[in-house]
Amino acid sequence: MTAVEQRGKAVGAPVDRVDGVAKTTGTAQFSAEHAYPGLAYAVVVHSSISRGQIAAIDTAEASAIPGVLKVITHENAPPMKPAPKQSMVNLSTIVSASSVNYLQTNEIHWDGQPVAVVVAQTSDAAKEAAALVDVSYRPAESFVDFAAGVPSAPLVKGNAFIPTGGKKGDAEAALAAAAVKVEARYTTPPYNHNAIEPHSTTAVWDGDRLTVHDATQGIDWFRTHIAMRFGVPAANVRVIAPYVGGGFGGKGFVWPGTLLAVLAARAVGRPVRLTLTREGVYRTVGGRTPSVQQVALGSTVDGKLTALVHKSVARVGRTGGQSEPITSQSRHLYAAENMLLEQRAVEQDILPTSSMRAPGESIGSFALESAVDELAVSLGMDPIELRMLNEPERDPLEGKPFAHRMLREAYAEGARRFGWSARSPEPRSTKDGRWLVGTGVASAFHPLMLFSANVTVRVSADGSVLVRCAMQEMGMGSATVQAQIAADALGVPVESVRVEYGDSALPAAPLAGGSLQTASVAASVLEVCAKARASLESLAKKAGAATGSSPQEVLAKAGVPFVEAAVGSDTRFGKVAGQLKMMRRLLRDRRYVRAATGAHFCEVRVDQDTGETRVSRWTSVFDVGRVINPKTAGSQLRGGIIMGIGMALAEETLFDPRTGRIMNAGLGEYHVPVHADIPPIDVSWIGDPDPTMPLGLLGVGEVGITGVAAAVANAVFHATGKRVRDLPITLDKLVP
Amino acid sequence: MKSFAYVSAPDVRTAVSAIASAPNAKFLGGGTNLVDLMRGNIEQPDTVVDITRLPLTGVDLLPDGGVRIGALVRNSHLAAHPLIRSRYPVLSQALLMGASAQLRNMATVGGNLLQRTRCLYFYDRASACNKRVPGSGCDAIGGFNRNHAILGVSDGCIATNPSDMCVALAMLDAVVEVESTRGIRRIPMADFHLLPGETPHKETSVAADELITAVELPPLPIAANSRYRKVRDRASYAFALVSVGAAVEVNGGTVTQARLALGGVSAKPWRASKAEEVLVGAPATEETFRRAAAAELAAATARPDNEFKIGLAERTIVAVLRQLASKGDAA
Repeated sequence: MTAVEQRGKAVGAPVDRVDGVAKTTGTAQFSAEHAYPGLAYAVVVHSSISRGQIAAIDTAEASAIPGVLKVITHENAPPMKPAPKQSMVNLSTIVSASSVNYLQTNEIHWDGQPVAVVVAQTSDAAKEAAALVDVSYRPAESFVDFAAGVPSAPLVKGNAFIPTGGKKGDAEAALAAAAVKVEARYTTPPYNHNAIEPHSTTAVWDGDRLTVHDATQGIDWFRTHIAMRFGVPAANVRVIAPYVGGGFGGKGFVWPGTLLAVLAARAVGRPVRLTLTREGVYRTVGGRTPSVQQVALGSTVDGKLTALVHKSVARVGRTGGQSEPITSQSRHLYAAENMLLEQRAVEQDILPTSSMRAPGESIGSFALESAVDELAVSLGMDPIELRMLNEPERDPLEGKPFAHRMLREAYAEGARRFGWSARSPEPRSTKDGRWLVGTGVASAFHPLMLFSANVTVRVSADGSVLVRCAMQEMGMGSATVQAQIAADALGVPVESVRVEYGDSALPAAPLAGGSLQTASVAASVLEVCAKARASLESLAKKAGAATGSSPQEVLAKAGVPFVEAAVGSDTRFGKVAGQLKMMRRLLRDRRYVRAATGAHFCEVRVDQDTGETRVSRWTSVFDVGRVINPKTAGSQLRGGIIMGIGMALAEETLFDPRTGRIMNAGLGEYHVPVHADIPPIDVSWIGDPDPTMPLGLLGVGEVGITGVAAAVANAVFHATGKRVRDLPITLDKLVP
Repeated sequence: MKSFAYVSAPDVRTAVSAIASAPNAKFLGGGTNLVDLMRGNIEQPDTVVDITRLPLTGVDLLPDGGVRIGALVRNSHLAAHPLIRSRYPVLSQALLMGASAQLRNMATVGGNLLQRTRCLYFYDRASACNKRVPGSGCDAIGGFNRNHAILGVSDGCIATNPSDMCVALAMLDAVVEVESTRGIRRIPMADFHLLPGETPHKETSVAADELITAVELPPLPIAANSRYRKVRDRASYAFALVSVGAAVEVNGGTVTQARLALGGVSAKPWRASKAEEVLVGAPATEETFRRAAAAELAAATARPDNEFKIGLAERTIVAVLRQLASKGDAA
């Protein structure tokens, strides 16, 4: 694919988001806000042990609460089919979060696993009754302490999308022989997504037809999965999600709440809404894996890398989970002569871990980019200079060309904006009153894929354009940017384009994940608009319309109400063909390494008395190809940086190592950054299009968070002379 | 949340008789703590007596120069009150560093005095907690206890009192007035909160049927040079790891008066009287401040997660005293 020339003015313009008014005025209906006659409310009861069996479950007291319709347990639940095994042949299977078949078994696999669902006429009655469900357990010995699991973790097997390791030359020998080396162990804690909208599902059965309003990142695959679990054809299931209040990967898998809402609706024969409490999200939606990482770097005295070793240990649940490609960025960032990358994961009796914003690179870049900073200190070299000295011309591991790489330009521009040249390299050399001030840098890196999307477009005689695609909008600006792209592709004003999305009745789109949605849909929007233009041109010729006529003029002249075009097909055959086409594209794309990159610059202040650390200045410059909408792209990048500051300084999910139970399941005790923690963030981009991507754009959803924690840790070292290798960097790690 | 009966009281007399006649009843003020605890089924009152309409909202200067604060004064209102800002800045600062703006707009002075601990195990019904279920054990002692107490702890409980306001009140020697059908009582702050000992479920000396009606601040000229310093994990909306409320008077290079209280270190707002003893009459130097801090923390007992609090408390005390002393010597 080649970059398409820019035809109009909409692409690149800071267009206001099309759903902005609906969201800010409260008219946007999220999944928990759809009213149905006879709607009932479901509340989940969670297991309080990590492994074992339900010995007995007494629902009498709960059932007696006025308004309770049914208490559903494994003893009386309607049947649900087991989860499919994950397979690359049928991609919809990858949305399966866990192999547990909820309420179909008395076996417990994690602390928090649903053991009952109370359905009542009001949400208050359901909540009151849920606390009265009396479950007794036969606990079995559980394995939940991550630290205890690290030594025995086996190597991770890879798949088509996720690389798991790499080897070039003899890195261990090169390390032993290196003139200068650093070797260190880094750890990152478990994290949770904390989207502002808790997961919510409203399920409505009509015979064997099902409508599901669900906060999901993957409408089409959720539909396939739900249909399979309840034994109805996918065509009978409609998944609707026009508004999703943030996902970050947490809404990319089918978690228990979604299935239990559907199950409950079947059990009580009424529409059912199941909205998780914040605690419920922690107990039933997996977060990011913790990690232990070893990084070793060897270099010449001049700073040329001779060895790069990066080994990681993650964890998954025994019933499922994502171990994250933690060494991913280490494959591509530095021209090391010898490399050894290894990923391990231990299976434990915990809620399956899941993908969270830039799985792999978010935490992997913390270790790698901290180690590079440590090497720069050992060499007495500026950390940017060290990075530029080792900036590869081709992919360092496999020798493939980069599709696009302007990390040098990003650092140069960032250094200029941040004022890096004024920095005194000596740690603890800058003070402002009681504050120790330090600055640090780190690289951002996120690889990118293209999936395929089905899209239709209709150009009408009244001048309106309708683009239809079942893509997801979680706040990124999906509909807005696709309207901009369609407007320019058709040569019409952006205001005349309406985008329908968020409904499985529309042509199928890939999930919103891996920063791939915008580019994947854009490719199809460009293709479908080209088809529509061709139809309009032949119509113009037939009708004798003047050259340069607008679509509206052509249709009027021809007396035709509209023209339509489609890309892809949702028929069974069309889906298979689409998946084959996508696989071909994925294989072809393997010829080069494609990624968004960036350079973070951070200033921190550390209180000399208390160790309190506050980020006081931030500049990032990204290479994300062509930016379609500076407003929405800027927000995504800034949001990623804020989430990264959270993981650097405060966030941590506390799994009690004795029980496997999450002890801070709420926003009071799980510390995301507050406004006062975040300084003004200066975000910019190079803007040069990637020649291998539609319109030259590279996804911006995840690259922002990568490298952030390392930039903070490096700045903290510069401020204090203390290297903190265990996130989060809380003050107890800095006070003497 | 368990269903409950709701009573709204128009005056103090009705409120205290309502609570006296209803077993297992609770007063509802701002609800910022109680409602959360009810949602989590930690508190399960059968009756809730709404006191928000009671006329206990004044902040008034007393003839002796002290200030009387109604129990239903909202935290944000009290923090902004000119009498508090000018005469007791430590209290205004402590209030403003507590919770979030939304919570401060709702929370009352009386409710803040009764705020319950944020121990993770207290909040979790699946965990053992002697405070929630007497005799059930303490999962915090061998678990996550980074935010827990280092002073006045017992083998049964290491929870902290989370209030910022109470630290300032302890430092100021405030007096709490309570009323019941039996009459009116005045409780000095030093006696208001209880250390856990063998009975961690007993948190205050207020009886279940007593209503807090007011808090009185004594006149205290040195409080005009007072300060509250809160050390926490993020810039706002986090409980104190350690906090310090202090006031000092320095004359001719010597500390002539000192008031010091600590938060985040004990089940009660910790009046640092040992430190005060070291300070008064000693030269206002960094060395004195360090000695005073060390004297107070000498009795500290830490766990692996909260060991850092001992050094942190000492350093924070020194930092606050240094700043107060540098503000001016009366001589």
